[in-house]
Amino acid sequence: MEKFRGVDYYGVDALLTEDERMVRDAIRDWVEAEYLPIVTEHHRAGTFPVDVIPKLGELGVFGATLKGYGCAGLNHVAYGLIMQELERGDSGLRSTASVQSGLVMYPIYAYGSDAQKDRWLPALASGAKVGCFGLTEPDHGSDPGTMKARAVRRGDSWVLNGTKLWITNGSIADVAVVWAKDAEDHEIYGYLVPRGTPGFSTLDIPGKFSMRASITSELSFQDCRIPVENRLPGVKGLKGPLGCLSQARYGIAWGAVGAAMACYDWALQYAQQRIQFAKPIAAFQLVQQKLVWMVTEITKAQLLCLQLGRLKDEGKARPQQISMAKMNNAQMALESARMARDILGAAGIVDEHPVIRHMLNLETVNTYEGTHDIHTLIIGRDITGLDAFGI
Amino acid sequence: MKILVPIKQVPDTATQVRVAADARAIESAGITWIISPYDEFAVEEALRIKEKRGQGEVVAVSLGPDRVKEALRSCLAMGADRAIHVNDPAFADADTLTTARALAAVIKQEAPQLAIFGRQAIDDDMGALPAQVAELLGWPSLYWIMEEAIAADGASIRAGRQVEGGLEVFEASLPCVLAAQKGLNEPRYPTLKGIMGAKKKEIKDLKAADLGIAPEPPQLSVARLESLPPRPPGRVIGGDVHEAVRELVRALREEAKAI
Repeated sequence: MEKFRGVDYYGVDALLTEDERMVRDAIRDWVEAEYLPIVTEHHRAGTFPVDVIPKLGELGVFGATLKGYGCAGLNHVAYGLIMQELERGDSGLRSTASVQSGLVMYPIYAYGSDAQKDRWLPALASGAKVGCFGLTEPDHGSDPGTMKARAVRRGDSWVLNGTKLWITNGSIADVAVVWAKDAEDHEIYGYLVPRGTPGFSTLDIPGKFSMRASITSELSFQDCRIPVENRLPGVKGLKGPLGCLSQARYGIAWGAVGAAMACYDWALQYAQQRIQFAKPIAAFQLVQQKLVWMVTEITKAQLLCLQLGRLKDEGKARPQQISMAKMNNAQMALESARMARDILGAAGIVDEHPVIRHMLNLETVNTYEGTHDIHTLIIGRDITGLDAFGI
Repeated sequence: MKILVPIKQVPDTATQVRVAADARAIESAGITWIISPYDEFAVEEALRIKEKRGQGEVVAVSLGPDRVKEALRSCLAMGADRAIHVNDPAFADADTLTTARALAAVIKQEAPQLAIFGRQAIDDDMGALPAQVAELLGWPSLYWIMEEAIAADGASIRAGRQVEGGLEVFEASLPCVLAAQKGLNEPRYPTLKGIMGAKKKEIKDLKAADLGIAPEPPQLSVARLESLPPRPPGRVIGGDVHEAVRELVRALREEAKAI
């Protein structure tokens, strides 16, 4: 296969600044040279290549939009392009970057005390430390407001009890941002729990068919005692974790485009080279229809992301608009991956080709950080003024 | 120590090259441009020398049209301190000697202790510039360099190049010209902070007049470019194995003259 050179049917590159293109190209080159050669073995073994974390830190990927603390201070379009290129590699690689940036560094940056920022942000930015984000629970996924995790004040400590599930990088995290209800005022707050705190344990989730090259864990808190100053002072209520999710969903919207590009580029080249009935299968109308659907959807998704990024840089992006991009792009990427796998025929089921890996990953991407259905209802509520969640 | 690194912007290695209609250049539409990979070794080595000595300045320089600025910006993103762009339509038809005169003029103005080139550009593979520039300056030139060490006093350099079965180590006084070979180092990726910082760094535009030179008509010009003829199709020898082997040996000996 020819080297990947992006998908740009509509001249979208010309809408990017030189800096934005340089950032995109730097990450694309890194993924090509450093990550793609190792992803298949990790996918097979069900392991995450943890040594990419300090490398991503050195490049400046973590918290790339934040100012200070060793962060690069990029705009949101450049950040989105980074997510696109990382997910062109693997959704698990992008997940690590979005969790560290959007779900760990962002809440510490936006809601944390100066001491919390000074302690964690530089180390998280450099990749010397890894973070994870605990919101979802075994019985509370789409409906996090009813979470069971509790924090009780005991003298100079908070005592945490509860379980968090589907936590990316949970078992390797040096710090967990955990959301729990204060037993007294029943409000949700964020708590920073360092690894090794007595009562805090993790377990990796076995048997995954998706996100195999990524760590997914369960976090368990049993009378886990942390100092009072480990609570994030700047936010109270569900808007805390939802604010983080807006950051991460924005990254997913871009990332999904990268995964779709990888599948489209591969399927197009394969279809041009694979001969059946004495001609390339790309000559058949049914194959062309699939390829055309893919490039059209990718182009629409690119434009959705770019305008969303520009709105975000102006401070005007609304969470419902982020929902639309996440909902649309994850779905179109999953459909593109399924079509690409179909075009590859039998070859589509082996990991010699990246397509089935992306296809399986995208089942997760379409589900996590708000399922397609939940985002549909968020937008539905926004345009009709009527709440279909029944709360 | 001031180090000057001349770089060339070339088509990406994955480019499918097509000869242009006038048969004297390649079709430039749709090409992705990159820094010639050997020049990246040169930039990396210059940055390492500066970092090792704890002080110094790395200046990237290139000659070419406006698009060359992107390549210079990439050098700045890697860590070069500033850049010089010899951007003058008068150099549009420059051959290697004209280019060498322009670069030698930049080097005389800048007076670095070291000029590190890539051993050749990967587009036309001429590999002539480092020697021509060194000749014009009267400096020693060391080619195909795999390792180098500069004396603590900055007055001399030891540099090794790979030869069949070993390393040939030279000593030279500074200033001098080095031409980097693959294996000298592993170039760094530009960091995102480096990319953001690059736009604050200076890229100085120079015309031929600023260098006190008037480009002469090129002594070398491309007469014609030709694509390679398509490969003739292969031939399958079938039939009885003994007969087929005999025919294969005959064809290899008499037609292909391979054995």
